[in-house]
Amino acid sequence: MIPPAAFVAMAALLFILGIIAFFVKKDLLTQFMAVEVMLNAGNLAFLALAKALGRADGQMVVLFVITVAAAEAVIGLAIIVLIFRQRRSIRTDDLKDLKG
Amino acid sequence: MALVIFIVLSVLCAGAVVAMIASRNQAHNALFLVLAFSSLGGLFGLLDAPFAAVVQVLVYAGAIMVLFLFAIMMFNLRQPVPPERKRLRAILGTGLAVILFAQLILAGRRALAEGSAAAAFSGGDIAHLGRLLFSDYLYAFEITSLLILAALVGALALAGKKEGE
Repeated sequence: MIPPAAFVAMAALLFILGIIAFFVKKDLLTQFMAVEVMLNAGNLAFLALAKALGRADGQMVVLFVITVAAAEAVIGLAIIVLIFRQRRSIRTDDLKDLKG
Repeated sequence: MALVIFIVLSVLCAGAVVAMIASRNQAHNALFLVLAFSSLGGLFGLLDAPFAAVVQVLVYAGAIMVLFLFAIMMFNLRQPVPPERKRLRAILGTGLAVILFAQLILAGRRALAEGSAAAAFSGGDIAHLGRLLFSDYLYAFEITSLLILAALVGALALAGKKEGE
C-alpha cells in the first residue's frame, strides 16, 4: 500500500520539471511539450487525491483535462505551424518583435 | 510489490522528463515524452484508475504525441538547435521551480490532512464513472463536444491554408 502522499509528491516533482523545461528550452515545440508535462502532473495529483478521499470526481476531472489537452494540442500546433510558415523559425530568440 | 512498481515507474517518468530537458533533438524530446506519459499511465493504474490509465496511454502517449511527431516532421528543421548560452534563465527557472515545489508540497499536505474520509468509491468501478458522466457532469460533457468541434474548425482555419495566401 503506497501512501497517497508519495503520489502527490511525484505530481509536484513532475510539475516543477515541466516548469524548468519551459524556462530552459528555447524552441516553441519543446516548450509546448513542457506544458503537456505540467498538465499531466495535475492529472496525477487529481487521481491521487481522488483515491485518498474516496471520491470519483477526481477521475471525472482527469477525463475532461485529457480532452481539453487534446483540443489545446491541436490548436497550439496549428499556431506553431503558422508561425513557422511566416518566420521559418520556431526559436523564441527569433520572435522578439515586441522587444523595443 | 506495488512499491517497487511505483518506484520504477516514477524514476522512468521523471528520468524521461529530465532527459527531455537535456536533449536538444526535438524528435527525441517527443519520444522521451511518450515514455514519460506511458509510465505515468502505469502510475494511474496503481491509483485504482484503470480507465484513466487506458485513456492516458491511448490519447496522450498515442494520439497527442504522434501529433507532435507529425508537426516535427512538417518543420523539417535541418539545422540542430544551437546550445543555449544564457545560464541566467536556467538559474531563474530553477529558483522559481524550487519555490513552487515547496508550495505544492505544503498544499498537498494540507489537502491530504483535511480529508481522510472513508473510501466510499473504489476507482475500478467504471459503471459508476459512466453514470456520473451522464448525470452530474452532463453539461460539462456536452460542452466538451462543442470544444472539440471548435478546435477542429480552428485548426483547419489556421493551418489548412495554402502556403503564401
